[in-house]
Amino acid sequence: MSQQQRIKIARRIAEEFEDNQIINLGVGIPTLIPDYIEGKDVYLHSENGLLGMGPTPEEEFVNMDLISASKKPVSVETGASIFDSSDSFLMIRGGHVDVAVLGTLQVDETGEVANWAVPGQNILGVGGAMDLVAGAKKIIIATMHTSKDGTPKLLKKLTFPSSGVRKVDMIVTEHAVFEFKDEKMFLIEVLSDITLEELKEITPASYELSTKKLIRV
Amino acid sequence: MKKLLKLEHFSELIKDGDKLLVGGFGLSGTPLSLIDEIATSGKKNLTVVSNNLGEKGKGLGKLLVSGNLKKAIGSYFTTNGDAVNAWSKGELEIELVPQGTLAEAIRCGGAGIGGFYTKTAVGTKLAEGKHQMTFDDGDYILEKAIKGDVALIKALKADTLGNLIYDQTGRNFNPVMATAAKLVIAEVDEIVEAGEIKPEEIVTPHLFVDYVVVTKYVKEGGRYVEPATTN
Repeated sequence: MSQQQRIKIARRIAEEFEDNQIINLGVGIPTLIPDYIEGKDVYLHSENGLLGMGPTPEEEFVNMDLISASKKPVSVETGASIFDSSDSFLMIRGGHVDVAVLGTLQVDETGEVANWAVPGQNILGVGGAMDLVAGAKKIIIATMHTSKDGTPKLLKKLTFPSSGVRKVDMIVTEHAVFEFKDEKMFLIEVLSDITLEELKEITPASYELSTKKLIRV
Repeated sequence: MKKLLKLEHFSELIKDGDKLLVGGFGLSGTPLSLIDEIATSGKKNLTVVSNNLGEKGKGLGKLLVSGNLKKAIGSYFTTNGDAVNAWSKGELEIELVPQGTLAEAIRCGGAGIGGFYTKTAVGTKLAEGKHQMTFDDGDYILEKAIKGDVALIKALKADTLGNLIYDQTGRNFNPVMATAAKLVIAEVDEIVEAGEIKPEEIVTPHLFVDYVVVTKYVKEGGRYVEPATTN
């Protein structure tokens, strides 16, 4: 069930992509997305220095010096290019990546994201999270609506450490799609059989219904 | 070849307390043989600048087991349980740096630039104590350049002058690290004659490289393995 929900999120996000976009996919649900980009010419950017990342290769073609940001073996698409880490993050920081799809721990109602550290636990990993938050042209958050124990993730205010002042553009969960405009959160689609009241209950963040666009899928 | 160094002489070039820039993303593009030499050298109080500390017991992870490290500077240490444990016990200092900031700080170190302003990490815990400045399009923080005493890098091939090319995404931090240390040692799979690598294909020009060491590892099934010792 949970995997089906994750796939639903991946599928919905893939619909957002446009031809010729440069896309960076974070760890977690975003890694499922490549399977659902149908009929669109997009180029996957991997932070460790690859543009034109292809699918997992057959075992005989595995080279552990051709890997994704999740350190898994990958292949290259025709026309791919490879560069060093400073050029890779120049692309990210400099606004040359069109869309970053990131997992998250929390998002607040203004679109500020916390996706690298949990208070009280060891804060020993940040990776490229803050660079992507600061630099990608558009940021889409791919997340389950609540954490496994039901704790809300879409909040009025972050309780976990922020990943940066830059706000995200969109959140896709198994239940809903939200868009941000001028630091305000709008519900634009419902993706499950949840009622609007039930959705409100599991979403402490304040949001408005986008009457023009609200779609029940 | 003037720059050729025997693996067994490598650790003589490292001093206690040195700051080492070590290439790699996880175990990919990592100078595994050079790291093994340090692990058995008894060197102390080393600071390592690297994206990760390898994996548990592998790559730079070996230096946690052998106790050579005082401090690690990098972006992601949570995937190596030994690093987390050593830090919890107070045996290892950790300085966490966003990955892009790490790469750019090293690039500046090699390029004669003292520091740079970046939007990355503004408003976060990792910006605490750093100078903030407002430019036309928002707030930026000052990050200082990073330089090392010694850079240990991994390339696919060197030519006899020390020009380097890399294997796929094994390139990662290696080319920038090759520019940012007083002494640069490249571990390679193979050495070819100067001229065999076309000028336009060379990624790291030889002026950055002081020594070249041939790896003791062999690649099998796409993975580096230690050569089988005699049974």
